Amino acid sequence: MLSLTAGQMEVQIVAIVVAVACALVGVFLVLRQMAMMSDAITHSILPGIVVAFFLVQDLSSPFLIIAAAATGVLTVSLVELLNRTRLVREDAAIGIVFPALFSIGVILIARFAGGIHLDLDVVLLGEIAFVPFNRTTLFGVDLGPTALVMMTIILIINLLFITLFYKELKLATFDAGLAAALGFSPALIHYGLMSLVSVTAVGAFDAVGAILVVALIVGPPVTSYLLTDRLWVMLALSAGIGVLIAVSGYWMARGLDASIAGSMATMTGVIFMVAYLLAPGRGLIALAFRRRRQRWEFAGTMLAIHLLNHEGLPSAEQENRVDHLQEHLNWDSDFAERAVRHAERHQTVVRQNRHLYLTEKGRQRAREAIVR
Amino acid sequence: MMTSAETGQPPVAIAVRDLTVAYNDQPVLWDIDLDVPAGVLMAIVGPNGAGKTTLIKAVLNLVRPAAGSVEILGQSYRQSRDKVGYVPQRGSVDWDFPTSVLDVVQMGRYGALGWIRRPGPRDRELALQALEKVSMRDFADRQISQLSGGQQQRVFLARALVQDAQVYLMDEPFQGVDATTERAIITLLKDLRTAGKTVVCVHHDLQTVPDYFDWVALLNVRKIASGPVSEVYNDTNLRLAYGGRVAFLSRDSAAPATAQSVPEED
Amino acid sequence: MFPEVFTDIYSDYTIRNITLGATVLGLVSGSLGTFAVLRRQSLLGDSISHAVLPGIILAFMLTGSRDPLILILGAAIVGWLATLSIMAIVNTTRIKQDASLALVLSVFFGFGMVLMTFVQRQPDAAAAGLSRFLFGQAAAIIWDDVRTMLIIGSLALAILFVFWKEFKLVVFDRAFALSLGMPVQRFDVLLTSLLVIAIVIGLQTVGVILMSAMVVTPAAAARQWSDRLGVVTILAGGFGALAGVSGALISAYTARMPTGPTIVICLTAIVLFSLILAPNRGLLWAWVRQHRQSRDIRSRVVLGDLYWLSQQHEGVDHGHSMAALEAMSAGRVAVDHGLEDLERAGLAQRIDGDHWTLTEKGRQLAVSDLNDEDQDQRDA
Repeated sequence: MLSLTAGQMEVQIVAIVVAVACALVGVFLVLRQMAMMSDAITHSILPGIVVAFFLVQDLSSPFLIIAAAATGVLTVSLVELLNRTRLVREDAAIGIVFPALFSIGVILIARFAGGIHLDLDVVLLGEIAFVPFNRTTLFGVDLGPTALVMMTIILIINLLFITLFYKELKLATFDAGLAAALGFSPALIHYGLMSLVSVTAVGAFDAVGAILVVALIVGPPVTSYLLTDRLWVMLALSAGIGVLIAVSGYWMARGLDASIAGSMATMTGVIFMVAYLLAPGRGLIALAFRRRRQRWEFAGTMLAIHLLNHEGLPSAEQENRVDHLQEHLNWDSDFAERAVRHAERHQTVVRQNRHLYLTEKGRQRAREAIVR
Repeated sequence: MMTSAETGQPPVAIAVRDLTVAYNDQPVLWDIDLDVPAGVLMAIVGPNGAGKTTLIKAVLNLVRPAAGSVEILGQSYRQSRDKVGYVPQRGSVDWDFPTSVLDVVQMGRYGALGWIRRPGPRDRELALQALEKVSMRDFADRQISQLSGGQQQRVFLARALVQDAQVYLMDEPFQGVDATTERAIITLLKDLRTAGKTVVCVHHDLQTVPDYFDWVALLNVRKIASGPVSEVYNDTNLRLAYGGRVAFLSRDSAAPATAQSVPEED
Repeated sequence: MFPEVFTDIYSDYTIRNITLGATVLGLVSGSLGTFAVLRRQSLLGDSISHAVLPGIILAFMLTGSRDPLILILGAAIVGWLATLSIMAIVNTTRIKQDASLALVLSVFFGFGMVLMTFVQRQPDAAAAGLSRFLFGQAAAIIWDDVRTMLIIGSLALAILFVFWKEFKLVVFDRAFALSLGMPVQRFDVLLTSLLVIAIVIGLQTVGVILMSAMVVTPAAAARQWSDRLGVVTILAGGFGALAGVSGALISAYTARMPTGPTIVICLTAIVLFSLILAPNRGLLWAWVRQHRQSRDIRSRVVLGDLYWLSQQHEGVDHGHSMAALEAMSAGRVAVDHGLEDLERAGLAQRIDGDHWTLTEKGRQLAVSDLNDEDQDQRDA
């Protein structure tokens, strides 16, 4: 069952290349807090592709990619134009622009593309299984499936852009103001990136369709964001997670005999969930452990400060009684008892006749906490 | 618990006891004890991040304290809610929201109106009166985005006025207002004090504290000092609250300090 | 074609259902959408509308029924689940809202696609009907659908009406609402539930992919026409209904015209019209105001210069050449147009060809302008 025919192997490889290309540009979209722009662009480039297709009548023409990139940039400019009128906010502007452009694309297909090979379902959902049937030949030599050739070129473009402008992208992402001051135009970087997203999306359209491109663009970066703090590690991890999604998604689809693109998106969710729960330091489980530990530490410090604040005052006799913590700190008696025991264990307080006294260590801890 | 009449002490408007507030286990306020006597005009001062806004929010029960309690006029907030008026920071709302000045001021009546009931002619009249007090009656039908910063602040004050409260909590009412509005606001606050109300303001301008307020609390995560301005508003306490980040203008440390907060990053 | 449509509404059962359904849908999603847009949840709407796909299919797979109420219920439950996931990710990690929205949107939709392949494998013809949830199909609306929309929609609008005052305060000033003791979080939940309802109600007509536009676009258009929340909400409902009906009818009467996209195009036309032409806020009026203002400034500059020249010479009747004025303004303004405007307003007059002088009215205005300027300087 685990053996692959040549065609299946090609499908697998295309999926990997698509996923990696998407993940790389996705890192910057996620860090720039523009992830929803990927959703907008993947929808709105549709009319560009359709019009270009009507003109050249060839789904694999590079002309389609240029048209898609232009439409992507148009989308970004339209959103900015609407936003700048200050009549609608940015989120609403995105919500107005992309459904409008997408609708134009769908209507064009439905009305004029009947019978031609440009099927709505394919555009929307993609059909990676058909990829091996459409091949590119150069001087009579079979270079492989067209989608693979196209996506490899796009992947190389993405890699080139990111390596060449790594420093500029990094700066423009984390401090757009500084980038502008240093003479790197953030707008240029912004539009460059958006063009790349459009180009990547149109390349991936064929394989996974408009909506699932979003999963491949956003999923890997978001997952790796839970695992690392360094940009280049995040890029590498995202690419790796992209490969993982492509492979596991393919096998899930084969196992269930279901849509490959849908399975890849589902695996994106599964892999994210695993990281979300288990990520060291940031995962839900690590977080729960840390919260638990911090809770008692915090209660101990709170207790020490409380005692310090009243130390030597006439009110101290009242305030430092164990059974009065309930009233003064508004703690329930169980919590108070456990907090006191925690503090005793850490030798910050001692208990004498149901009164609490700070130790020198406790005094130290309280002072350190309040003087920042 | 004994009432103020029994103990013979001045009545306490707000009593904060051992209050600790933390966001995600990051302490913002450590074990605060604070008594605000009724009928004072009090400033809460302290550097950025000192927990001034958090203190007000904790008094209003908007944030859940990790420890401690707050009483307003001898009762919990839940019981004394209708005696408390609140002026949030002006920047905390969307001023492009499609609503009118009058409508915003009427929101001060929502607490008294209770569920579902809509504001009636009486609420409208009260709102207009409050607008009159802040000299904004002519603006009643304006859309709120057409107001200047000072006018927006006055609308918020008018909304607090229609709450007809005993205790007012204001978060930076002087933030970004013009000189005229600042004068109008301080006159209004002093009128409230004359009428026996208690007013607590988060305040940023250290220079105006002695002129505007009679009571002050200095805060920096813990309470540095609180009491009458003439007693506690001095160099020593300011230095304790602000660390080295205050440029003092006064040479005589015994006199009430006039100081300027040095701009800093939050 | 159109007169035919109007008679059909009364006679044709299908057309009546389409019209009624699209009206209810537009009305409900448009007016509920107002709150979503004000809460900056435009993109949450998009995320939810994509994410409900597996809900619809699961509801069908589990019950084997195509009853609209069951499918809508399935969609609503999964829509809620998606919203909770988005909030959980934002609240417990450093992942921001936008990435969280995009992730949930695409993963849920992808899972829906997997389920869809299972359903389509069944020979059952009923399953084919599910694909209309992608782009909607107005022509397939039957009375059952309309009834379901009516019931759910009126319920949602009734909730909006009952808690109007509370919703308004919670959305406008959360902290103040909390200080009044309002259960703000419960209202958040209620408002988000209303958004989910606004979305699922239109799924069969508009489809999951474009449904978010039904929520966002009418509200954005309506906001341009009024500064009152009540009016904005009602207008948004009206715009939604208008676009819904016209889109659905065009689609039903035209071959190969998918309903969802057609409705969205109608909505887009409405929002463009509003952005450009709405009184006060419209771009056209803003442009006119700006133009008028710059013309006014031009006239004032020329007026001032002319006054200054007249002060340098004895006698008001002394004419000044356009060349002198142009030299004074040093290319800042178009002097010739400025003079024409002044002449039309009776502030300046032409004497012998190319020479100009102020009228008495113009002289008075120039003097008062100068006084105002002095006053401003003293104030500053």
